[in-house]
Amino acid sequence: MWSRLIGGSAVLALVGGAAYASFYVAPEERTMGLVQRIFYLHAACGLTMFTAFFICFCSNIAYVFWRSAKSDALAVSAAEVGLVFSTVNLVTGPIWAHPAWGIWWTWDARLTSAFVLWLLYIAYLLLRTLIEEPERRALLSALFGIFAFLDVPLVYGSIRWWRTQHPQPVLMGGPGSGLEPTMLKIFFFSIFAMHALMVLLLIDRYGLEKMRGEAEIVRRELEAA
Amino acid sequence: MSVLSNTTALLGKELRTEFRSRELLTTTVVFILIVMVLFSFTFDPTVGESRRFGPGLLWLAFLFASSLMLQPCFLRELNNDTLSALRLSVSDPFAIFLAKLAANTLFLLLTELLLLPIFAILYNIPVLAVFGQLVLVFFLGSLGVATAGTALSAISAQARMRELMLPLLLLPLLTPVLVASTEVTAGLLDRQPFVQWKGVGFLAVFDVVFLTALWIFGEYLLEE
Repeated sequence: MWSRLIGGSAVLALVGGAAYASFYVAPEERTMGLVQRIFYLHAACGLTMFTAFFICFCSNIAYVFWRSAKSDALAVSAAEVGLVFSTVNLVTGPIWAHPAWGIWWTWDARLTSAFVLWLLYIAYLLLRTLIEEPERRALLSALFGIFAFLDVPLVYGSIRWWRTQHPQPVLMGGPGSGLEPTMLKIFFFSIFAMHALMVLLLIDRYGLEKMRGEAEIVRRELEAA
Repeated sequence: MSVLSNTTALLGKELRTEFRSRELLTTTVVFILIVMVLFSFTFDPTVGESRRFGPGLLWLAFLFASSLMLQPCFLRELNNDTLSALRLSVSDPFAIFLAKLAANTLFLLLTELLLLPIFAILYNIPVLAVFGQLVLVFFLGSLGVATAGTALSAISAQARMRELMLPLLLLPLLTPVLVASTEVTAGLLDRQPFVQWKGVGFLAVFDVVFLTALWIFGEYLLEE
């Protein structure tokens, strides 16, 4: 109880601090102005989503080889939490794009692969609801999760090669790109805050999944008796 | 018995089963034909417009058709209770996948080659000059579709609502195949045809990635 309270308040303070920094501390971007401040939330959520899906992928592999119910619980928790961050990322994107580019959406590599990733993990969670037997569900969804994650670089590569009209990546986009130092610091802080939030949600969701599994076992025993 | 001899034996079985009734091939051909005709109403099918939209239409039709065509692949074995026997009969479960995906690639390729002349006539696009290159793209694309599709049909066959589940799992996964093969086909159907080797290579990479994944994880897909 106390650990939850402390952890929750710490994450709340971190996220609040990141929000404050991105609105009041970060300097105003020259061309995009106020709207650019959504970048700290948008990009941080995008990276956090990726971490969560990567955790899901690792747990999927772990499940296939070692068959521990724990890795299955972690996989489904990470997929759900990742989907939340993915949704925030996809919603904040157009909000930023419309004033900045004049369009809500463009079929550029990063946008499209984020969208396809979102669809793949929706399919992953849907698949889980359609297989009754817990072990079979865990195994088959883990295998689909592995295939889905392997697909991500291919989706990104295919769209980047053939469907590009996108602006150069801001970070690591070659010479001339990059962030002003204060902006960069706040950006890293936002990433850290969002990851902390992700871990908090993940721990909570994992606990829930474990309880669900235990309840399932009890129910089966009762039904058998 | 080696994987290879297992695979050829199972491939023979798959082909015999299909060519006895030809159910899968006929329905898929008719399905793609319907999509081709319906698609002509969604844009003005002049030669220029057809060159622009044709390749995408073709591949989208192939993808949707394959998501239907691959359904019975494992479902048939489950319904007839032959999966355990199949597993017992081979030394490596990868042979089952290899045979099934070879059969599926062959069926897809056959359908595509049957429909290509009809597409060429309906949309007034000459294909004879680039026929060989088109076959290469069709083969690499179909191999990718069949590899991912065979793996996923083993998953979806064990779930509820399996008829809906396979397209849902498979189609987003095939985004790279759709993009690459559409681009290469568009290059080949251009007024001045050219081969996009980058795309051909990309399709080959997709095939290799998913074949390797299937080789590593295939045995777990068929666990009881």
